[in-house]
Amino acid sequence: MKLLFERSTAGHRHTIMPELDVAVPELPSSLRRATRPHLPEISEIELGRHYTELAKQTHGVNDGFYPLGSCTMKYNPRVNEAAAALPGFTDIHPLQPVSTIQGALGVLAEAADLLAEICGMDAVTLQPAAGAHGEYTGLLLIRAYHLDRGDTGRTEIIVPDSAHGTNPASAAMTGFTVVSVPSNAEGGVDLGALRAAVGENTAGLMLTNPNTLGLFDPNILEITRIVHEAGGLCYYDGANLNAVMGHVRPGDMGFDCMHVNLHKTFSTPHGGGGPGSGPVGCKDFLAAYMPGPLVRRGAGGYEFFAPEKSVGRVRSFHGNFLVVVRALAYMVMLGSEGLAEASAHAVLNANYLLKRLCGQWSIPFGEPCMHEFVIDVAPLKAKTSVSAMDVAKRMLDFGIHPPTMYFPLIVHEALMVEPTETESREELDTFVDIMDAIYREALETGEELHGAPFGCAIGRPDEVAAARNPRVRYDFGGER
Amino acid sequence: MSTIPENLRYTASHEWVSEEDGIFTIGLTDFAQNSLGDLVFVNLPQVGDEVVAGESFSDVESVKAVSDIFSPVSGTIIEVNEELADAPELINEDPYGAWLVRVGGVTESEDLLGAEAYAEVCESEE
Amino acid sequence: MGSYIPADTRETDAMLDAVGVASFDELYRQVPPEARIDHLDIAPGVSEIEALAHMEQLAERNTRFASVFRGAGAYRHYIPAIVRTVTAKEEFLTAYTPYQAEISQGVLQSIFEYQTQVCELTGMDVSNASVYDGATAAAEGLLMCLDRRRDAVVVSGTAHPQTIETIRTYCASRKVSCTVVAATADLSTDAAGIAAALDATVAAVYVQSPNYYGIIEDVGALAEAAHGAGAKLVQGFNPISLGLIRTPGEHGADIAVGEGQCLGLPLGFGGPYLGIMCADKGMVRKLPGRIVGETADADGRRAFVLTLQAREQHIRREKASSNICSNEALCAMAASAYLAALGDAGLARVAELSYAHAHYLADRLGEMGFALLSDKPFFNEFATSCPKDAAIIEEALAERGILSGLPLPEGMLWCATELNTKIEIDALIDALREV
Repeated sequence: MKLLFERSTAGHRHTIMPELDVAVPELPSSLRRATRPHLPEISEIELGRHYTELAKQTHGVNDGFYPLGSCTMKYNPRVNEAAAALPGFTDIHPLQPVSTIQGALGVLAEAADLLAEICGMDAVTLQPAAGAHGEYTGLLLIRAYHLDRGDTGRTEIIVPDSAHGTNPASAAMTGFTVVSVPSNAEGGVDLGALRAAVGENTAGLMLTNPNTLGLFDPNILEITRIVHEAGGLCYYDGANLNAVMGHVRPGDMGFDCMHVNLHKTFSTPHGGGGPGSGPVGCKDFLAAYMPGPLVRRGAGGYEFFAPEKSVGRVRSFHGNFLVVVRALAYMVMLGSEGLAEASAHAVLNANYLLKRLCGQWSIPFGEPCMHEFVIDVAPLKAKTSVSAMDVAKRMLDFGIHPPTMYFPLIVHEALMVEPTETESREELDTFVDIMDAIYREALETGEELHGAPFGCAIGRPDEVAAARNPRVRYDFGGER
Repeated sequence: MSTIPENLRYTASHEWVSEEDGIFTIGLTDFAQNSLGDLVFVNLPQVGDEVVAGESFSDVESVKAVSDIFSPVSGTIIEVNEELADAPELINEDPYGAWLVRVGGVTESEDLLGAEAYAEVCESEE
Repeated sequence: MGSYIPADTRETDAMLDAVGVASFDELYRQVPPEARIDHLDIAPGVSEIEALAHMEQLAERNTRFASVFRGAGAYRHYIPAIVRTVTAKEEFLTAYTPYQAEISQGVLQSIFEYQTQVCELTGMDVSNASVYDGATAAAEGLLMCLDRRRDAVVVSGTAHPQTIETIRTYCASRKVSCTVVAATADLSTDAAGIAAALDATVAAVYVQSPNYYGIIEDVGALAEAAHGAGAKLVQGFNPISLGLIRTPGEHGADIAVGEGQCLGLPLGFGGPYLGIMCADKGMVRKLPGRIVGETADADGRRAFVLTLQAREQHIRREKASSNICSNEALCAMAASAYLAALGDAGLARVAELSYAHAHYLADRLGEMGFALLSDKPFFNEFATSCPKDAAIIEEALAERGILSGLPLPEGMLWCATELNTKIEIDALIDALREV
């Protein structure tokens, strides 16, 4: 595929801007840019075809099964897009007078109320832009809480070794030391190790439940109790909320604050990497530390207010508002039973797949799993040399986006499968057939699969060369 | 089976060490480069940095992993192998030639392993 | 109730049966019964028509101004029609992060194109694939300069107040000392104050230009001062302004960060926006977030991949340069399509129109008693005194469908873009005569 810059032809253009209607005052040359940027000269049809070609080389949710573990690639409803495109939402300035943005504040207030009820939290901020940003915000609350009480020695955040990479990274960004605790034989938190890890230095625990093996930790109430008794707080990583929505709430499991990923559980699109949205919920005793402003209903309608002991802003304005609009449309449409039904079917689909695959493939944890499970390709690799990577790459030839590979780290040849609730039984059965076929290929032809995929636009790219000599922009070379 | 020269000493964290006139030269072993795979970057320290025995002073990256490098001695870095900045693959090609740093003013050293003892460490990890 | 589940009861029962459970409840048997809930205390679900009607009612309770003279970090520019069609494509909209390069060349190439355009626009060497917004880009830009010896930053008080607040938040939790040097009386950076704050602990200086008050700062001199003290210079920029004014690269900035909303994204009540981050090539391995690089497959075909991943949280965990994972990829694609649709000539025109309209607006407002608060050069925003109570002016104009400049403690902050035509500005002045 040609790059934009390779499609450029001198003189091609698309007239968008009008002529000048007022005089341009003199700008001293010392303030003017000295060199012009190299932007393509391109007509509208050439630009249109460029992006259509790029779109054809991009696998989206509507292109086929997308069982990417921990990412919840569910269907992105169209009505969400219709709502987010309403001019009453797209064309309002974030600093308009409050009387002129009552609908926008209504969106924030309604979304916050719904999320608070779904999560079992008391207050919600919609400012964080993504899950990791939410983790950071939640940890700021925990830090502020301890410091406000003069409890200055609490410098450690406990993170299980199966956690998402963002957890330890967020803890470090918040200035905490990370203490890793090992998983037990069932993939859950090792209670003995947790008891040994907590103490007067413990600021808190970060946990996702169900965990990254797709298992609900049955000791969850004991886990949060151990942390609380040591004086720490419990942070819930909401990445896996799609398993439990409407059935069990993090607040009722003993968690004090958490984030949710609107781009996972609440069906907003991932956009090739973003934008997401990572609202943070907390219990009452942490609400005063929230980033501001928050929205409340006042005598004259909705109004902003600043939390009393706020940790400060974590970004500009009011968060990824148009993402929140989409999530609100989803929550309103599904309602109480619909949200619970979505989670129940996400769990059913995962268990159905697990049941159908576990005869052949090694699935060390589960039965029941929650919304996802992990296949361990190690036994197949020992027999045939075919790795998790090879299996994943072969799936591409069948039009399937592979599961998450090599995560969690505690399973060395992991393929993490999350089908979501929006796949039909037929689609799941097709996936099983493809997995069977790949398994047979591994046994029969083994090493050939190291070369997969065979039918994509490109073969496996040379990532070593890319990282050794980074070429991260187009080289205009002699054209300059 | 990885190469383990007799004339060097080793750490259990897979660094090799040679000493001459109180100057310690530190590198990564053949076993280490083998298990890391193709290295794409060496995060080199600066001359003058203090290093502490048992603590990390640098790290190396492959495409999908990063690995800390630990100093077996306490002292000051007096020389850095700048060649590695542009050519991390030298460690893959010649691990015992591609030294990382030289440390002087050494005040403390960990107990180092001989070739035989280190071979046992490698075996237990394979 | 609404549902997106492609199953009827017969299929569901068959699947439950295949799993070997009698009910959904049994699937949740690991959950302690005392933690279970039997229902959420929220409204029942509705149909698509009802859901959209609800959203429309909310949207209708917002006022859309026909005429907008407010900027302050969010700018109403024209969005070319093709930009919206690009980002509405389902493949781009719904794809995940392109970790599987073989089926993601489209989105990877678009990010590579975006990175190239950002470098061209700013005169910098390398760009990442985006961060959340301009404010977090500024905070991340400063934090990436820290090292073992330098753990303090200095910020010019002429930056956007929300950017300063975000920087303070990010610094406080990491115990990074953050000194904000107040603006001078003419609303520009206090260069002497910055120089006085520079010591051997300062890792970086942040200055925004055009600054919050629209003034074009002398970034080159500040960069020299920072470099003289061994610190880096991080410049905040307005991408549209770079169609006309000197670039961060030309000023000698080490890192440049900006809010990319003005490049084809709607105002959208503040988000999603686009955090642009680019840097000198020596700092590429300290950049946070995703970066796309060019390489080849085994047959020598050009291929794009996410590269330098060992910097990132999923590999480096607590030692990562940042915790960022999700970014603003689709917004970056919009910005890239915007820059491609306009080309250099179009970009220069937007910048020129915005600059010219703002100066015409300043002249006309001057006739009405709104005096400029600074005689420094400005781009498309400027602060004025206010002959009457700013709140009264704001309200009176709002009644006439005009969003006024932003009330400030000092007066009002006005903005013009290519959309504020001479006719519209003249109408504003007529309206002010009636206030």
